[in-house]
Amino acid sequence: MKMKFTALVAAAMMAAAPALADLVVPNLSYRTGPYAPGGVPYADGFQDYFTLLNERDGGIGGEKIVVPECETAYNTEKGVECYEATKGTGALAYNPLSTGITYQLIPKVTADGSSLYTPGYGRTSAANGKVFSNVFNYPANYWTAASVAVNYLLSENGGDLKGKKIALVYHNSAYGKEPIRTLEELSKKHGFELVQLPVEHPGQEQKSQWLQIRREKPDNVIMYGWGVMNAVAIQEAANIKYPMDQFIGIWWSGAEHDVLPAGDGANGYKSLTMHGTGMDYPVYADLKKYVADAGKGAGAGDQVGTVLYSRGMYAAMVIAEALRNAQAIAGTSAVNAAQVRDGFETLEITEARMAEIGLPDFGQAFKSTCEDHGGPGMARIQQWDATAKKWNLISGWIEPDMDVIQPLIMEDSEAFAAENNIEPRCN
Amino acid sequence: MPDTFFYATEVMLNGLMAGVMYSLVALGFVLIFKASGIFNYAQGVLALFAALTLVGLQDGQIPFSHVINAIFGTDLHNFGWTLPAVVAIALTAVVMVGMAILIERYILKHLVNQEPIILFMATIGLAYFLEGLGDVMWGSDIKKLDVGLPQGISETIETATYNWFGYGFFIDKLDIVAALVAAALVIALTLFSQYTKYGRALRAVADDHQAALSVGISLRFIWVLVWSIAGFVALVAGIMWGSKSGVQFSLSLIALKALPVLMLGGFTSIPGAIVGGLIIGMGEKLFEFSIGPMIGGATENWFAYVLALLFLVFRPQGLFGEKIIERV
Repeated sequence: MKMKFTALVAAAMMAAAPALADLVVPNLSYRTGPYAPGGVPYADGFQDYFTLLNERDGGIGGEKIVVPECETAYNTEKGVECYEATKGTGALAYNPLSTGITYQLIPKVTADGSSLYTPGYGRTSAANGKVFSNVFNYPANYWTAASVAVNYLLSENGGDLKGKKIALVYHNSAYGKEPIRTLEELSKKHGFELVQLPVEHPGQEQKSQWLQIRREKPDNVIMYGWGVMNAVAIQEAANIKYPMDQFIGIWWSGAEHDVLPAGDGANGYKSLTMHGTGMDYPVYADLKKYVADAGKGAGAGDQVGTVLYSRGMYAAMVIAEALRNAQAIAGTSAVNAAQVRDGFETLEITEARMAEIGLPDFGQAFKSTCEDHGGPGMARIQQWDATAKKWNLISGWIEPDMDVIQPLIMEDSEAFAAENNIEPRCN
Repeated sequence: MPDTFFYATEVMLNGLMAGVMYSLVALGFVLIFKASGIFNYAQGVLALFAALTLVGLQDGQIPFSHVINAIFGTDLHNFGWTLPAVVAIALTAVVMVGMAILIERYILKHLVNQEPIILFMATIGLAYFLEGLGDVMWGSDIKKLDVGLPQGISETIETATYNWFGYGFFIDKLDIVAALVAAALVIALTLFSQYTKYGRALRAVADDHQAALSVGISLRFIWVLVWSIAGFVALVAGIMWGSKSGVQFSLSLIALKALPVLMLGGFTSIPGAIVGGLIIGMGEKLFEFSIGPMIGGATENWFAYVLALLFLVFRPQGLFGEKIIERV
């Protein structure tokens, strides 16, 4: 009886564990907790893209991709537990969708040799590849987002923001505080006044902040929010009749569930985006055919085409391209973590490649190098149409002001290197 | 008069309004604690569950559709009908009564005469169970709650105050409704407990449940009754908070806003929950307005607790709570 049980357990473990040659990309997701409305569509998009590659192409280079999912509930300790639980499975790359978890995983992935991919979130100065060898945050980050928002406002104001007042409403966390330094530098450069308005987690109550906005009448409001904070802020802005077209959120404040609760009041609200919007891309036809219609979709299948689903899919696409690149460099399909890191570091995604994948003009072209893990940092502006209940792209790719951002990246990353005795690479 | 004075007044008024919203949550805690001595950790989750159920019923959402679809390979999401808000609210109230019966039957009945800490732990378990159940039943996405409550600035008040003082005050129409609802709720609860047979039974159990049992009052029925009322109060709180921010998981965290209200107002007093809410709401907003900018802002969450602790130092039972004297 005991032997039978042991055999059964062993068989179950063998069935559950990925085969040796599989490409393992854990999905550290959050489908529960206060941030689940953002975590669910992202995790679905991430999972579905890899399912598509497995079903349509037989994986990457003939190797199946295994995506074990681990629930973090957007909790840093649980995120670290998930990392520890999955790293022994031959995990090649992580994308935890949490700045807090990212900060904890940076030393771990560096020591273990795997890669951390954090598009549009995480530690901004990880863009400096000389210091952060195993972390990649292209195509854009928090600081470039702040700069793109300001550059957009410059373009809206005839290139001059002198004497203007811009309020920053931010989640009072490591994430929310990220753009402050950049915006302070940009306010000095362009002569606008910056008003900072922190909002406590989870952001259900923001009356004080919006009364202050009503009183100070800033020309523009920039928001770095996440979770319920976004929906409440947009509702409060509508309540005080703040002009929605002067209210811009970062890409983490620009999903459907952020604007829908405010109904018509959210009409005209803008947000940054680092990728295209809607389902008008050929890859969606393949997702429907090979994933949704085949009954292999992740979650409930009701998130396809939403902003955060697209972002999860985009992150998966970049990781898949890094895996493909790693296979090409290493000359083998069964790549290991070190080879995948090289794949990330030398990754180039061109517009032609995006079109080939079925995502023409969906994301910006970029090329990673040993020094630059951050990409060009561009973003577009999307605007919410409350009647049609959809986002519309209203700008082309806007470049950030790297003259301001690059020194900040260097300063922060060099301080990190000094604190952690890291010898800069790429010399 | 200077603008700053009017702005401070506006902040204070909005603080009072926010305080009413906190009181709505605190009321549920008070009701259960008063009648059974249980600190119901699940009260915030009850508000979330009630709001989720209300939206689900209103929109004709099929409960457990994700699970059904996953097991049977179906693609069910909606019944294809929508319910009027009043009907959906009534049905949700029935669901909350059903939940009270189940809680009594499967949890409380088995814990009679246990230490309060055991009952408290049971409500923690209940909170996590209900969170999961709500998620599985109705999904975790943010839902818009629309039961026809007005929202946005009250232009009447803005215009009137502008004409009088040259400064138009911002008062949210939803907050005015919440204040009226809270007042109606307190009056109804007071009338119920003072003038009805069941209300008197409830008070008798609250005073001395052994004595109440000896005169034939059913403790089990009283528990069902009080949990049903607390469920209804949770539904009201869920409607108000859900209308403000959409119905989503964070709604359960509004309980954290009710705790300092209870500490300040006392765990056993309905007027205490209201007064406590008003003091906390006004205090935290005025502190954020006057001191917040000097220390980096975002003070509201922790300052509410500081304020409650200050009161506790001088009145451990809270402003309106009953003084507990144990003789040995």
